[in-house]
Amino acid sequence: MKILTGNDLKTGAVVWWDGSGWSIHITEAADAGEEAEAILATEEAARRVNSAYAIDAEQTENGPRPAHIKDRVRALGPTVRPDLAVPAVKKVGWDWVI
Amino acid sequence: MYKYDHYDQAMVDARVEEFRDQARRRLEGKLTEDQFKPLRLQNGLYLQLHAYMLRVAIPYGTLSSMQMHALADIADKYDRGYGHFTTRQNIQYNWIKLEDAADILADLAKVEMHAIQTSGNCIRNISSDQYAGAAADEVVDPRPYAELLRQWSTFHPEFAYLPRKFKIAVIASEKDRAAMRLHDIGINIVKNDAGELGASFYVGGGMGRTPMIAPLIRDFVPLNQMVTYAEACLRVYNRHGRRDNKYKARIKILVHEMGAEEYARQVEEEFAHLLDQGVEPPFAELERIRSFFQPPEFGTGLTEKADRSDPDFALWIDRNCSPHKAPGYVSAAISLKPVGGIPGDATAAQMHLMAELAKGYSFDECRVTHAQNIILPHVEIGRLHELWTKLDEAGLGTANLDNIGDIIACPGLDYCSLANARSIPVSQKISERFASNGKGELLGELKLKISGCINACGHHHAGHIGILGVDRKGTENYQLLLGGSEAEDVSLAKITGPGFNEDGIVDAIETVADLYLERREDGERFLDTYRRLGMDPFKEALYG
Amino acid sequence: MADFDLGTGRDDVQLRFREDEQASIAAVTVDSFLDQTDAEAVRIEPGDDARDLLPHLARLRLVEVNFPSYTDGRGYSAARLLREHGYTGELRAVGDVLVDQLRYMRRCGFDAFAPERPLDEADAAAALERYDHVYQAAADEAVPIWNLRHG
Ligand code: HEM
Ligand code: SF4
Repeated sequence: MKILTGNDLKTGAVVWWDGSGWSIHITEAADAGEEAEAILATEEAARRVNSAYAIDAEQTENGPRPAHIKDRVRALGPTVRPDLAVPAVKKVGWDWVI
Repeated sequence: MYKYDHYDQAMVDARVEEFRDQARRRLEGKLTEDQFKPLRLQNGLYLQLHAYMLRVAIPYGTLSSMQMHALADIADKYDRGYGHFTTRQNIQYNWIKLEDAADILADLAKVEMHAIQTSGNCIRNISSDQYAGAAADEVVDPRPYAELLRQWSTFHPEFAYLPRKFKIAVIASEKDRAAMRLHDIGINIVKNDAGELGASFYVGGGMGRTPMIAPLIRDFVPLNQMVTYAEACLRVYNRHGRRDNKYKARIKILVHEMGAEEYARQVEEEFAHLLDQGVEPPFAELERIRSFFQPPEFGTGLTEKADRSDPDFALWIDRNCSPHKAPGYVSAAISLKPVGGIPGDATAAQMHLMAELAKGYSFDECRVTHAQNIILPHVEIGRLHELWTKLDEAGLGTANLDNIGDIIACPGLDYCSLANARSIPVSQKISERFASNGKGELLGELKLKISGCINACGHHHAGHIGILGVDRKGTENYQLLLGGSEAEDVSLAKITGPGFNEDGIVDAIETVADLYLERREDGERFLDTYRRLGMDPFKEALYG
Repeated sequence: MADFDLGTGRDDVQLRFREDEQASIAAVTVDSFLDQTDAEAVRIEPGDDARDLLPHLARLRLVEVNFPSYTDGRGYSAARLLREHGYTGELRAVGDVLVDQLRYMRRCGFDAFAPERPLDEADAAAALERYDHVYQAAADEAVPIWNLRHG
């Protein structure tokens, strides 16, 4: 699947496209399929997201899992600071990241 | 310490308002991200892996207690309660909001600080010797020269869009504690035979993907021509540095491709022309700046011996304290490398404590080192035990300066969007391994440096042992390097061979360390043994 | 005069800080300028060496410095060099000229601006007036702070 991610323009928070808006929980990420480029262009222009891009991910029982470790770190937080992990995503566990 | 006058203050205040305006225009959509990016970068604001990251300049690494308190307050108020001290003597916050950035800059301006030119292709914060003004071996305090260059480079109209970033370090002793020759320009303030002070210019050093040691371009520039000479160095670079390839854009490539002699010739030509253009500050300005860096009023008749009856304390003195020019004093290092900790990170509470200790024990001053530690430059030997006790209680009393536990690590894949691999977990495992097997102390001076990618923010090329994170088919892999040094015996480390996985690299370090322990001769550091034996025995031990 | 026009007519100049009449002459490339003896206007590209013009400053009335991308800062050195060597004619920045670069450009000696995309004039004015002082000397009249400090 193709999912979209970027940062919130104002807060910088990592966000994921959930089909109608941007969520901080990757567990809510929606498959953007063919629409990816179009959505990115509109959302970026409307300043609802900053520096967004499309990535490959795999649908798993815990929700979408990005193909690249960098985006998995983005989804959860620094692996060396479990105390700062995104709470709703934390349950997927650190094995999920590495 | 340098104090702003109303000119300096007006400058940073205006900058805050300028950035407030730029951020507003971005938020309103008048600036695209492409247009905004260089503007935020010239204020140290990156977009990193998790959020915006703010890098705050700490000129020549010197902080007053008030400034350190302010840094702690920012960590609490706008970030998540901590900050990261970097190899360029700056501090970075990892969780900043764009909406808050201008307010943070305003808070900084209140304590005479800023984030000006801490990123972007301009002249960056100027770094220096962390023992400046205290070191027993210095020719003179190098910081006034760094401050003069700070002012010169601030909003320099010609050099705001250089081919690439530009880093300058200024030292003033034979010992190099600031990785001077791994900077775009390294300046060593020296005395000539006539006893006059001048500046030796080394140009074209750097790390990154093509590490280079800066060659000497001119051995003695009189102090009343130093700014003009720097201007000439920069102009030749701005005009001729490569712009076709970002990886070849640093001045080191220009100097290398052109040859140091030809580069020096062109600089001389430009210098001769610029001498008539009135770019040099009046000498009185240097004298004014120097007056801020007069030594504090050291006590006299102080004890020169500490009570070493507590072995942990005695170890800390041996490891973390260095000789001072005033009798009865030392410079004491606060290690930000507790066993298993995150190198260079400090919580707001720790920053507040360090600020208080700087006030109480070190004439209100502390320093950030390029090895990501904090120095209290002027501590009475007789009060060391008291100081150490307070540090130890706060987890800041680790006795490991320049040891294998004192690891330099870049943020790596945990924070950095350019990373290939994580650096911090590797450093944590290594420091834990060598603390638990007791070899850390046996090994003595052993500088280990880790970068999460080829950009080399963690100085891996300059480590006695270096580790470079690479991406091997989507998984983290670590290459091992040996034999680097950032000090006066500067050298670049060499790769041993195929890389290792995360546990493999920790074992590999132990293998290399064991070989050293076995083969070292009297008084040899790891680096000396490596230099004597060469790479082969180490390769043999690693790869059989 | 010019063997071909590079497209910057007088109407493109949005900001001008000169008293004299704007010359309506078209700029030629550095190469063709050096081939001619009567050209009065030249356009410098980032890769050109501004020093090649130094022997001919007396006949120049307009120098355009092109910024194909604002990130390429060679034009700042080109401008300052020309001023340091005595060029007093119009020095015009053209191309990717943005609000936040104006002040630096002014300091390097530019006195006319023909941005590709017109600038918001209120933002431009604010950017130019933001700072009262400068630290270092450049090609403008501003007195560096360190001279002010010491009279
Ligand atoms: C997290 C955000 C960071 C990013 C995106 C970043 C990016 C880079 C890049 C791209 C380079 C290579 C530059 C070149 O050779 O042209 C570099 C070099 C460097 N960075 Fe960073 N860096 C970051 C953080 C840090 C930190 C935290 C430190 C200090 C601990 C640091 C210190 C350095 C140093 C010392 C160099 C080597 C300078 C040289 O090549 O001469 N950087 N950085
Ligand atoms: S070395 Fe690479 S991974 Fe480490 S901070 Fe620099 S750019 Fe990031």
